[in-house]
Amino acid sequence: MTKLIKSGAYAQDIFAPVADDAALPEGAVIVSLGRFQKDREALLARNTPIGIRLQSSENPELLGADVNHFSLIALEFPKFRDGRAFSWARMLRTRLGFSGEIRAVGDFLFDQVNYQHRVGFDAWEVPDHFTVEMFNRALTEMTNVYQPSSDGKKTIRELRAGG
Amino acid sequence: MLNTLVKPAQPNMYRYDEFDAQFVGERVNQFAGQVARRLSGELTEDQFKPLRLMNGLYLQLHAYMLRIAVPYGTLSSKQMRKLAHIARTYDKNFGHFTTRTNLQFNWIKLVDVPKILRELADVEMHCIQTSGNCVRNVTADQFAGATDEEIEDPRPLAEIIRQWSSLHPEFVFLARKFKIAVGATEKDRAALLYHDMAVQIVKNAQGRVGYKVFAGGGMGRTPYIAHVMSEFVEREDILAYLEAVLRVYNQDSRRDNIHKQRIKILINAIGPEEMRRRVQREFEELKRMGTLQLPKDELDRITAYFAPPRFEAGLSDTLPEAGADFANWAQTNVYKHKAPGYAIATITLKTPGQVPGDATSEQMDAIADLMDQFSLGEVRVTHEQNLVLPHVRKTDLPAIYAKLKELDFASPNAGLITDIIACPGLDYCDLANARSIPIAQKIAKRFENLDRQHEIGELKIKISGCINACGHHHAGHIGILGVDKKGVEFYQLVLGGSGAEDASIGTIMGPGFGEHEIADAVERVVNVYLAERKDGERFLDTYRRIGMEKFKVAAYKEAVAA
Amino acid sequence: MLTANRLRDGDVLYRKGDGWVPMLADGETYADQAQADAALAAATAELVRNEFVAPYLFEVREVNGKIRPVKEREIIRAAGPTVHPHTGKQAGQI
Repeated sequence: MTKLIKSGAYAQDIFAPVADDAALPEGAVIVSLGRFQKDREALLARNTPIGIRLQSSENPELLGADVNHFSLIALEFPKFRDGRAFSWARMLRTRLGFSGEIRAVGDFLFDQVNYQHRVGFDAWEVPDHFTVEMFNRALTEMTNVYQPSSDGKKTIRELRAGG
Repeated sequence: MLNTLVKPAQPNMYRYDEFDAQFVGERVNQFAGQVARRLSGELTEDQFKPLRLMNGLYLQLHAYMLRIAVPYGTLSSKQMRKLAHIARTYDKNFGHFTTRTNLQFNWIKLVDVPKILRELADVEMHCIQTSGNCVRNVTADQFAGATDEEIEDPRPLAEIIRQWSSLHPEFVFLARKFKIAVGATEKDRAALLYHDMAVQIVKNAQGRVGYKVFAGGGMGRTPYIAHVMSEFVEREDILAYLEAVLRVYNQDSRRDNIHKQRIKILINAIGPEEMRRRVQREFEELKRMGTLQLPKDELDRITAYFAPPRFEAGLSDTLPEAGADFANWAQTNVYKHKAPGYAIATITLKTPGQVPGDATSEQMDAIADLMDQFSLGEVRVTHEQNLVLPHVRKTDLPAIYAKLKELDFASPNAGLITDIIACPGLDYCDLANARSIPIAQKIAKRFENLDRQHEIGELKIKISGCINACGHHHAGHIGILGVDKKGVEFYQLVLGGSGAEDASIGTIMGPGFGEHEIADAVERVVNVYLAERKDGERFLDTYRRIGMEKFKVAAYKEAVAA
Repeated sequence: MLTANRLRDGDVLYRKGDGWVPMLADGETYADQAQADAALAAATAELVRNEFVAPYLFEVREVNGKIRPVKEREIIRAAGPTVHPHTGKQAGQI
C-alpha cells in the first residue's frame, strides 16, 4: 500500500488511476501517455483535473502544448538507479513552465527525496512504512547546496557573497 | 617519525570555509545514519549499496575498500599525515594511489567508516562521489601551478567544477560514472581525451582565455577518444555548458544495458554533431536563465587560493653535482619549473619489485616530512600512480634524493619501461579476471637494469586485470589485459595506445600469454623496437611507423600461444 | 561451497551447517547442485538478519586430499592477496 505525502504531511490522493483499456470514471483521473495520446480530445473536454503518469523513458516534451492542461504529472522511477526523472522534473519546472503537482512514483529511496525536492517534485507516493517524520528528516540532512536548481534555494556561493 | 625540526607548511590550495566544513560534516552524519540503518536492517543491501558507493565504499574480494578523494591530485602534508594515521589505525598500514589520483584503503570495516570520515573531515578531506553513477573526482595536470607550459593553473576551475558537481540533485543517479579532467597545456599529462568530459584551458585568436570542451572519451570495455563539443566556451559560461552536457547525457543515455550506458556510447550512437546540437540547445537556455553564470569575481576568488607561493629569488639555477646515481634520477624524475632556481620532482612509487602506487604509513609520514621541508608542504598525486613534489629548490634536490633512497622510492624511472601503471587486479578487486600487480613486478624486475631502461627510453606499460580497464591498458604504449581462460590467467598484449595529446587506442595483438610467458613476450616486443627504431623514435613512434606485424611475429615466436 | 562477507567488517565467510566459519578449510562442501542450491536458499532467507551479505556458491575440488577452489579468484579470496603475503587469512589474520 502507498500513501501520498505533500507539503510535509499525508495528503488525500484525489486522482484515480485508469488502466489503458478501462473506461474513464467521473472525477480526477491519471492516465498513461499512451492513453492520453489516444483519448486526448475526450480527456481535455472534461471539467475535472487530469493527471498523467510518465515512464522514465518518456520525455515531457512529448506533451507539447498540452503540458499545462495537467494538474498532475507523475514521474516514474522504475528502479531507483534510473535517474532520468530528475531531469524531467527540472525540465517541467523550467523550460515547460509547469506549475502543477509533480509526483514521484515507483521505486525510490528515502535518500533521494531531497534531490527530488530540489529539482521540482512536490509530492511523493511512498510505501506505508515511509513516515512523514522520515520525509521531513530527508529534507533537512544537508543544510546548504552548491548549485542552483528548481527550488530556487540560495547556493553556498550566494550565501558567501552575503546573499 | 615526524621531523620535529620542520614546521608543517600550509600550501596554497583550496581551504574549506564554514560552508564547506558544514557540508562535509553533514554528509558524514548522513552516512553514519545510513550505516546505522543498514546494520539495523532498515535498509537492505540493495538499497544501501548506491548510498555507500556515493561515499566511496566498495565491497571487494577480501573486505571493504574505501576510496578517498584527492581533488585534482593535491595534498597538504597535514592531509598526508592523516592518511598515514588512517592506514595505521583502521587498515593494514598501507594505501594505494589510483589512476584517478585518489587513495584507496583495502581492509576497511564498515563499522569504522563513520569514524574514518570524521577524521578525514578534520583535515578537509572526504569520500563523496568517489564511486557511484555520478560525477567523480575531477583530475588535472600534476604539474599545475609549477610548469611554465600552462596558460594558467587548471586547479581553480577544477575546484569550481568540484563544488558545482557535489551532490548535484539532478546528476546523482546518472546512467553510469562520469569522469572529468581539466588541463591547461599542450602536453596532456592528465589523459583528457579519455575522459567522459574534459576542459582544456585555451586562448582564442584574440588572446582571450576560454575553455575547449571535450566529451565522450573513455576506457572500459569499448574505449573511445573524446570529441570536441565546443572549441571555445567563454569563462563565465563554463558551468552552464558543462551542465548542458550532463543534462543531455542524463536524459538521453540508455538505461537497459550496463555496458552501454557511458556518454561515449551515446555520442557514438547519435554522432558528435547531433550531441553538440542537443548540448547547444540546453546551454543556450541555461545561459538565458543566468543562474549558472560564473562571475569573474568568483573565479578570481577561487584562483586566489591557488596563488603561486613566494619563490625565493637569487637561487642557483644549476643542477647540483651529487654523483652518478643522483644524476640518473634527475634526468628522468626532475622537470623544469617556471621559477628560476626551482624544479618539479617526481617520486615514482615504482621501484622494481614494489606494488605500483602503494605506500606504507611510514613512507607516507616520511613523504609528509619531505613535503614540509622541501616542497612548501605540498604534493601531487598523478594518474600514473606516482607522486610529485611541485616546488623544490634545485639546491635541495640531492637531499631529497637521499631521503627517497631511504624510503626505497628513488627509482630513476619516471616515464621509463619500469614506470608501470597496474590496477589492483585479482589480488584485491571483485571485478578482476586476472592478477596485474605480480605481472608489473615481473616486468619491472626483468627490465630493472638502468642502462637498458635508458636505452629503451620512454615506454609506458599499463596493465589492467579485467576489461573495465582501470589500469588504462588501452592507452599504454604496451598495454596488457588480464583475461580468464578456463580458470587460468592469460595476458593479452595491446600495442600503440597513448593517453597524451596524441591520444590513440591500442590494438590487440592476438591470443594471450601465460603468466610465465608475458614478461618474455614483452621483452621480445621491446627487442623488435630496438632493432627497428630510427632517429630517436620512442617505442610508440616506431610502432606507429611500422605497424603490428613484426612485433606480433616476434612475440609469438617462442610462446605457447593460448 | 557457499561464501559471503560479514556485513560489519567485510570479512570473507564460508558456510558450515547453519553458521559461518572464517577459513575455507573448515567450510562445508555440498555433494551435488541440489544440496548447494538448498544451502544458498537458506542463506538468502537469512539475509534479513543483517549479519552477512552477497552469498554465492563456488566450485571446489579435491587436490591431494585437500579441498581447493577451482577458480583463481576463490583461491585468492580464501587466502589473501598474493602480493601482500603478510595480510589476510594466509597470515593468520581471521
